[in-house]
Amino acid sequence: MNIVLTSLNRIYNQTRANSLWPLTFATSCCGIEMMCVSAADYDVARFGSEVFRASPRQSDLLIIAGTITHKMAPVLLKLYEQMAEPKYVIAMGACACSGGMFANDSYSVVYGADKIIPVDIYLPMCPPKPEALINAIIKLQSEIKKESITDRKNIIASHKSNLFKPDDCDILMKKEDIQVFKMGI
Amino acid sequence: MGLFYVIYLDFMRQINIPDWLIIILWHIINFCFAAVLLIFIVLFLVLFERKYLAFFTRRKGPNRVGLNGCLQTAADGLKILFKENILPSGADKFLYFCAPLLVFSPIMAVYCLIPFAEDLTAYNSCCGVLLFMAILSLPPLGVLFAGYSSGNKYSLIGGIRSCVQSISSEIPVFIVLAGIVLLTGSMNLNEITKAQSGIFLNWNIFPSILGFIIFLICSLIIMNRIPFDFPEAESELTAGYNSEYSGMKFAMFFLGEYALTFIFSAFIAVLFLGGYNPPFGVYAADLLNLPLISGAIVKNIEQFFWLMIKTYILILIIMWFRAAYPRLRQSDAIEFCWYILIPLSVFNLFILCIIQFIRGCL
Repeated sequence: MNIVLTSLNRIYNQTRANSLWPLTFATSCCGIEMMCVSAADYDVARFGSEVFRASPRQSDLLIIAGTITHKMAPVLLKLYEQMAEPKYVIAMGACACSGGMFANDSYSVVYGADKIIPVDIYLPMCPPKPEALINAIIKLQSEIKKESITDRKNIIASHKSNLFKPDDCDILMKKEDIQVFKMGI
Repeated sequence: MGLFYVIYLDFMRQINIPDWLIIILWHIINFCFAAVLLIFIVLFLVLFERKYLAFFTRRKGPNRVGLNGCLQTAADGLKILFKENILPSGADKFLYFCAPLLVFSPIMAVYCLIPFAEDLTAYNSCCGVLLFMAILSLPPLGVLFAGYSSGNKYSLIGGIRSCVQSISSEIPVFIVLAGIVLLTGSMNLNEITKAQSGIFLNWNIFPSILGFIIFLICSLIIMNRIPFDFPEAESELTAGYNSEYSGMKFAMFFLGEYALTFIFSAFIAVLFLGGYNPPFGVYAADLLNLPLISGAIVKNIEQFFWLMIKTYILILIIMWFRAAYPRLRQSDAIEFCWYILIPLSVFNLFILCIIQFIRGCL
């Protein structure tokens, strides 16, 4: 039984790890580096992830390339929830990891995308070099290869959080910030 | 059928299988042949296109899975198989389920009409040309159903676009086909191929080079290839008609698109490039003086080989278009069809009439 399971696991992991189709989702300047990754010099196609799908239903990897503002937060959550299992997230750039240079006093920026959705790989730097993104993808692949089918249920359970609902961006802010936010609009 | 059917009948009668079962089994064997051919061709074509586009943009292309990336599409296919199937809450369930089948099954059915070799035609229909185009007018309907049933405005726009462009592209295609039928005097694809036998100057492309160009452009529209891939224009419509589809249902659309690319290229090769005829009219099997049956089998394999060469040259051209051109605006493409391609195809038909008249006088 175990022999069957492990060999099945191996195929399952290899196939998922080697065809991570990213979602076309770039919120700011990191997006330029993400485009560069799929272009001639860096060529992410070697790892089988040059198929940038525009629809979240068909993509496996959400690369959060750039700053997540409070206005973008519900959209990000919606996109993540629209993606089909198994799904993975890379937080690319300092803004997506922790808020980056906006982290101290910005009224409009979410301090880290992991406040909204679970993140698998954090990739700091401002913006990360294309090599760094490729490295992140390889690290994610090696993480995926450690998974097993039997764990899958727990992982899916961890993907669902009831904390934040779409169109509920106020929940991400402090009370005094909301006033500023509304004035800003 | 011909030769292979006779061999098959002989074999089956020797092992005492009843006649009705023999006939049913023959169709099942044909179907299996088409299905296996289709799956292998599609898996190969997807990888081939990725490598080929990589070559055009000076990249390496997939090279991590298997030997130099040869198992990349197998990995993709298995991954899609394992992926979650999502049913959107606003979807019309029955149509949502049927639409991928309606796109995929006509394309698969069409595989039986193409004469891959003299004795390698699953269904040698007397009006193959007409049947081919008639069956291929179903996939746009499937695309429309997919767009309507997923309950997404982008999908719906994609579905409507597919129908609009299939209407405007099929008219020039049919006028060009009329010219081909006029030249060869038959609607049977095997007869059309036989009418072009001999050296390559006998091919239909030489009297109707204009028709070939029109047909190639229209076939790009029918296949949803890149200068005309309006139903799934990514920059405008997310992913168009299939934006709500995930997992295996999406894979059906994806496979259907590549299967259509292959079979339509084979169709163009049959109509214009002499089908399975070798370019210089000489078979190696005839030169070698092989005994009757093995000679015929070698000849069939040779014919299959020539058809594949021609088909892949056309596929290379089609993929080259993808690497070279950006997407047009849809209204431009449809105007191009109605105002330029239809008058040109009528002009082509006129030229062919004159050529055929002169041939008749000689």
